[in-house]
Amino acid sequence: MPELYEELGLSGREYQQIRQIQEAEPTHVELAVYSLMWSEHCGYKHSRPLLKRFPTGGERVLQGPGENAGIVDIGDGLAIAMKIESHNHPSAVEPYQGAATGVGGILRDIFTMGARPICNLNSLRFGEIAPLPARAAAAPSAAGPSAAADAGPADGTARQRYLFEQVVAGIGGYGNCMGIPTVGGEVHFEEAYQGNCLVNAMTVGVVSHDQIIRSTAAGPGNHVVLIGSKTGRDGIGGASVLASQEFDEKLEEKRPSVQVGDPFTEKKLLEACLELLQAGRFVALQDLGAAGITSSASEMAAKGEVGIDIHTDRVPLREPDMAPWEIMISESQERMLTIVEPAQWEAVRETCERWDLDATIVGAVTGSQRLRVYHEGERLADMPALALAEAPTYDVEQERPAHERDEPVELAEYPRPHSSCAEILLDLLGSPNIASRRWIWEQYDHQVQLNTVEGPGGDAAVLRIKRSGAGIAVCTDGNGRHCYLDPYRGGKAAVAEAARNVSCTGAEPIAITNCLNFGNPEKPPIASQFARAIKGMSEACEAFGTPVISGNVSFYNESFGEAIYPTPVVGMLGVMPQFERRAEIRFREQGDVVLLLGDGAPALDGSEYQKRWFGKAEGRIPDVELRAELALQEAVRGSIREGIVRSAHDCADGGLAVALAECCVAGGIGARIDLSRVPGRVSGRQDLTLFGEAPTRVVVSVPVEQVESLRSRLQTLGVPSVRLGTVGGEALSLEIAGEELEVSLAALADAYQHGIPRALEESPGSGSIDK
Amino acid sequence: MTAKTVSGAASAEPGAEAPRRMVNFGIVVFPGSNCEYDAHHALSTFPEAAPHYLWHKDHDLDGADVVVLPGGFSYGDYLRTGAIARFSPIMREVAAFARAGGPVLGICNGFQILAEAHLVHGALLQNRGLKFICHPQYLKVERNDTPFTRRFEVGQVIQVPVNHNEGNWTAGSESLRQIEEQGLVVFRYCDEQGNVTAEANPNGAVDNVAGIVNETGNVLGMMPHPERVCEDQVGGTDGRGVFGSLIDHILER
Repeated sequence: MPELYEELGLSGREYQQIRQIQEAEPTHVELAVYSLMWSEHCGYKHSRPLLKRFPTGGERVLQGPGENAGIVDIGDGLAIAMKIESHNHPSAVEPYQGAATGVGGILRDIFTMGARPICNLNSLRFGEIAPLPARAAAAPSAAGPSAAADAGPADGTARQRYLFEQVVAGIGGYGNCMGIPTVGGEVHFEEAYQGNCLVNAMTVGVVSHDQIIRSTAAGPGNHVVLIGSKTGRDGIGGASVLASQEFDEKLEEKRPSVQVGDPFTEKKLLEACLELLQAGRFVALQDLGAAGITSSASEMAAKGEVGIDIHTDRVPLREPDMAPWEIMISESQERMLTIVEPAQWEAVRETCERWDLDATIVGAVTGSQRLRVYHEGERLADMPALALAEAPTYDVEQERPAHERDEPVELAEYPRPHSSCAEILLDLLGSPNIASRRWIWEQYDHQVQLNTVEGPGGDAAVLRIKRSGAGIAVCTDGNGRHCYLDPYRGGKAAVAEAARNVSCTGAEPIAITNCLNFGNPEKPPIASQFARAIKGMSEACEAFGTPVISGNVSFYNESFGEAIYPTPVVGMLGVMPQFERRAEIRFREQGDVVLLLGDGAPALDGSEYQKRWFGKAEGRIPDVELRAELALQEAVRGSIREGIVRSAHDCADGGLAVALAECCVAGGIGARIDLSRVPGRVSGRQDLTLFGEAPTRVVVSVPVEQVESLRSRLQTLGVPSVRLGTVGGEALSLEIAGEELEVSLAALADAYQHGIPRALEESPGSGSIDK
Repeated sequence: MTAKTVSGAASAEPGAEAPRRMVNFGIVVFPGSNCEYDAHHALSTFPEAAPHYLWHKDHDLDGADVVVLPGGFSYGDYLRTGAIARFSPIMREVAAFARAGGPVLGICNGFQILAEAHLVHGALLQNRGLKFICHPQYLKVERNDTPFTRRFEVGQVIQVPVNHNEGNWTAGSESLRQIEEQGLVVFRYCDEQGNVTAEANPNGAVDNVAGIVNETGNVLGMMPHPERVCEDQVGGTDGRGVFGSLIDHILER
């Protein structure tokens, strides 16, 4: 027995604690249950103390963290439920099913609250899908924390393309079948994710205030009912084996720990559950995710301060000879646990039968406050529910990672490339991190449900709320490279950028959900990154008034001892009173005036330009000045709602030149631009003005007759601006300090639209991708 | 189906004097359908349309004037799209209704089911590119003498999105001959100018077929989604012609 706890991932100290709680030697089943509930994945052992730093309350918040999803009020008696969650480890092992079940899991989290899912988003990270240009790869100390940079072109890009293509297919496969549009997301390719891709899935749902349901079990004597798929051996140990350990050469052996998705059953589960919820048939509802019945039952019992008895022999099985402990921890997908009053049971059974779903009474609510497990009458486990739901927490030692710097890079060490600025612009536009994501989102149904007013491809997606005429804007944002250079500034910047993206549609940011992807928190440098990212995010959330209403932590994103870039991802929700009053990124009308709002000085540090043209990720990223950011966003939103500006686009990856090019390509119209008065210019370094990156900048286009009213609005709010030029023509022409470059719209569009397909098709080794 | 109540359209136009004759649209719901709400919503924007749902286990069409088989994944479609759906109880009624001349519109998965049930010619294979596709698509209207296309002009180019993994329509050579002889093709994939070209073909369908009718012209299967383009605010209005034509057809009968 003593070795078993170790195999299950418990420490000696935890084992002693369990013995104390149980007042006896724990049984096999008890140990299995504890090991899962106290795993990092379920128990948040290393993160809980730090997560308390996040602001989580606010006038609109109807449900903060601690439930399956957070909920915020959007007026008219309606609310939005949302959450983002990682499925990194399963996706690294089996990309299609890992991504698909990630979507399935987050969808269940939303309809478990009584909300109907209205859209999905995601945030993805992979290693490079095409070799970096030779000039970048050849540079010393090439990008990132991973030392595998020397591997050359025969590197792992083929596997990264395989992972990327399969993850996209898996996300589409599940969401498309369910009839939930995938309307937005982001993807970055960096060497740091080569051994450990990130797949974060987010779902947003709509619910009437009076239909919200929670997972609090109540009423001793009530039935505990399992609805949905039969229970099999898939995903046994997913939470402990996959999610709470680093990867090594045994990656492939872990494949059986990945669950297999069945979106058809989930669609039935969704419809049946919402129908039953509307009819008031459930006391409480909880989906089965990590650690299966074990975590669902103990959490429901702990929240309700009641007990739950589970009879494993009553659980419908796919395989007849499963042991009770396997039944308790199986992570078979598409299942829900619900508390049903005996008087409602017949109605529940009948509805599930109509939807061809199993519904089985597998236990009962008791007054014992204990989770008890029985098999054919024999008691196999008896544990206090509260002890299970509250894993011990650990304060971790923090130490600033050695690579971090206090100063930005010296420009002198970055001589201007010999290539022309036009060449650099086209390279950046076509690079996998910036190029159009159309190749991805055309594989997603982004229209079903008929709410998608503005689909993928803009700064944020906009959906209408049919029942009220209001609109919501949603996006995901995160920049691991920035957080690698400075977790505090990077965390802050992630929230600021997400808010800016939502504001650029005209929506007001109201809440976030986040997914914190980090390495092994037991290592002091990782713990330090985690703590400081949370601090930065928290400060930004407080400034914007966007509480964190839900989220997820994913640790141990390491392979062979190398951690990923620290990658906090923000899912932002914004609201607009009328969905018709919004802006898109595209330039629209010839003669419109183009302005740059905000005066941040562009920097090389952490930019795409630095990575692709100098092969480095170093220096210190600029800090976001929150007051300036707030004023900028307020100005942008206000001018959109009053119909003053015609387009708005966040100026981010690739800098100002890339932002302008994107506005042109999206609108199918050129622009004549003079950058001679853009703030932060450095003599002789036009490349910095064009491609350097800074937060708190937005490019807008405005009809000539509206320029004055925009100017006065900006003045009132103290937002600096520069007139850049006018929309029109068949090319983007940029003039800066005597230098001029002109790139045809066709060339810009070609680079931008084909960047991803080219990276996938023209790379060595594609076509014979070795799985 | 308590969760799915008929709403909206039944309330007709305010100030209408005599009760207007409403057209009953029966939308068949399989457990894995996912465009049934959209079809319902789109129809609700027509004052003359009264949409209601038909459950796949039902044995009658509840007085439907028109039957709509919506998009989705009827029974999961893990086997072959529409292969199981054709055996569902409601499909017996739909087939009888079609044989009696009742208009049946199959959209996307609905087209796949109609093909499996041999109510229209051909079969739908996986897309040529082996990927799911979702994007706006130009279609050329080949006929306007069907109950589905009366509001269009022959040769008109409309924009309707495609959204499928198995839309690569094909047929045997004998079928193809019959189809061409009888002019059963109603919509073809084309470019913005109406040219029916290989480049404009999103999925590899033979002869760019996007939609075809049966010999009697009362059953239409089409891969593109007209219900997604019935409102200005989302996607456009080119799909209104399909539902409007059906309304005209029933009201003038």
